[in-house]
Amino acid sequence: MIELEGLSRTYVVGDRPVHALRDVNLTFPDGDYVSVMGPSGSGKSTLLNILGCLDRPDSGSYRLDGREVARLSEAELTLLRRHRIGFVFQTFHLVPRLSALGNVELPMIFAGVEPERRADRAKKALDAVGLSPRSDHRPEQLSGGERQRVAMARAVVMGPSILLADEPTGNLDTASGAEIVKLLESMNAGGLTLVVVTHAPAIGGRARHRVRLVDGAVVDEARP
Amino acid sequence: MRSADLLRFALEGLRGHRLRAGLSLLGVAIGVASVIVLTSLGQGARDYVTGEFTSLGTNLLIVLPGKTTTTGMIPAIGGTTHDLTLADAEAIRRGVRAVRYLAPIGIGTAPVRLGSRRRDAMVFGTTWEMELVRRFHVAIGRYLPAGEAERAQSVCVLGAKIRTELFGAANPVGEMLRIGDERYRVIGVMAPRGQGLGFNFDEVVHIPIARNMKMFNRRSIFRMLVEVSSHDEMEAAKEAIVRLVKERHEGEEDITVLTQDALLSTFGKILDALTAALSGIAAISLSVAGILIMNVMLVSVSERTREIGLLKAVGAGSPQVLAVFLAEAALLSTAGGVAGLAAGIGAARLVSVAYPGFTASAPPWAVAAALGVSLSVGLLFGAFPARRAARLDPVSALSRR
Repeated sequence: MIELEGLSRTYVVGDRPVHALRDVNLTFPDGDYVSVMGPSGSGKSTLLNILGCLDRPDSGSYRLDGREVARLSEAELTLLRRHRIGFVFQTFHLVPRLSALGNVELPMIFAGVEPERRADRAKKALDAVGLSPRSDHRPEQLSGGERQRVAMARAVVMGPSILLADEPTGNLDTASGAEIVKLLESMNAGGLTLVVVTHAPAIGGRARHRVRLVDGAVVDEARP
Repeated sequence: MRSADLLRFALEGLRGHRLRAGLSLLGVAIGVASVIVLTSLGQGARDYVTGEFTSLGTNLLIVLPGKTTTTGMIPAIGGTTHDLTLADAEAIRRGVRAVRYLAPIGIGTAPVRLGSRRRDAMVFGTTWEMELVRRFHVAIGRYLPAGEAERAQSVCVLGAKIRTELFGAANPVGEMLRIGDERYRVIGVMAPRGQGLGFNFDEVVHIPIARNMKMFNRRSIFRMLVEVSSHDEMEAAKEAIVRLVKERHEGEEDITVLTQDALLSTFGKILDALTAALSGIAAISLSVAGILIMNVMLVSVSERTREIGLLKAVGAGSPQVLAVFLAEAALLSTAGGVAGLAAGIGAARLVSVAYPGFTASAPPWAVAAALGVSLSVGLLFGAFPARRAARLDPVSALSRR
């Protein structure tokens, strides 16, 4: 359960304050499928970064399963990111020198999972996204769609409860983009809370819970 | 995070920039190699000097005419008031109980002639006991005959080089030759000994001390070597000798007695200073290598900013990011340290092979220190880049192009 109340985030660009988020009030129950849409600079990514505990709000409250995130220490936020949250990025963010399997293993390395269990779990995660035959390939040897699938395997390998996707199809052609959306939706169907930030109405429109941001404020919200 | 994973991850990180990593590794290797080579040379010099003194025989006192307050180095010119005579030497032998052997020395240069061949040589006047005191080895025949120092037989023992130059391969024992204006019978040839401290014994002709003093018209001996029975009696023997000679010289204390220990410790101090200076130079090269590592790591951090952002997003804490980059720097510098150690030991071996008799070997402390220092150089100079990586804000790191 994600509860946002009066959430604001302001950056200072030069000497001018930019209101990336203003007084955002949103509630996502577990297993929700949310799309966040809006023009560039409307605060979509800022919202996602705050949800993912990569950024903190200036004011307002962010409660994750009833716990106030603003009060957590840096180390506790690290643990949240490790165990509860999975990220999928527009530019994939795979480590180029590691194989597909190595990239999927990455979160488990920092979590201190035993090597045998790690390889096992990584293989299963790659299998789930249909990439086990290519697990030895390095990112540069994979197509865009394949890279994003590796990134998704990495995002869910720690068994998170929330999956945050920032323009996951932004760098992909329509066909592979559709595949990625299908995969994301199947993960959501498995119980994961899915939050997708996107420009594309065709993708954003598929979500059950649709949020529209303009200039950092929620201007429209459609709930099931 | 398990430490094996940390090392593997750091190693993979280094593989991402092989050339730069290799160059900074080379920098550390050169620094460590220079530490090893320089300390090996220092240690070699120390061993060489110690060896030379040990070849003089242990428990050795050196008695020379003239009183100087300088300790350590042998005074070149002494202000002698009384001659130090063979009679004084004999009195010491009889009067000081702890004396085991006593060998007086007189030196001078004279032409040595055999038929038409002629060569100037150092004429070394002494007694039979010199063979025992200096641990001489006689190759053919025998050394100077035993007996009173005053007995002036016309016999001589040739240094190895003098023998070759005058007689070639022929056996010179029993042959006659001329030293200065007098005829001498050759009774022995010394085994080759090589360059010692001071002069080359291979180019020396040994004759009885009394002959030598007459030849050069001297009444005072140059110095005498006294071997004391045991190391515990060194001080007592030294005092007894000084007292006895003072009595014989009308209350005048006009001799200097040096112990081998004093000479050794003087050389030791010189070598310590030399080693410290060389180590200082080596330390400078190591810190330059450290700056090289810092530079490489800074470039690596800025190149991998996006990766660092990602690591944080997937649940790596700042301490883990710090550990990863520190491990990279430490691996780099330690690998450089090992390479430098191998190169340094190899170079020291080469020196030993190129100069037989001079053994340059790295002291164990230098080996341990080189590895320890290279590891600390990595950690020290890696700390700043690693902290920069750990402190990166994940949001801006991820959005970096």
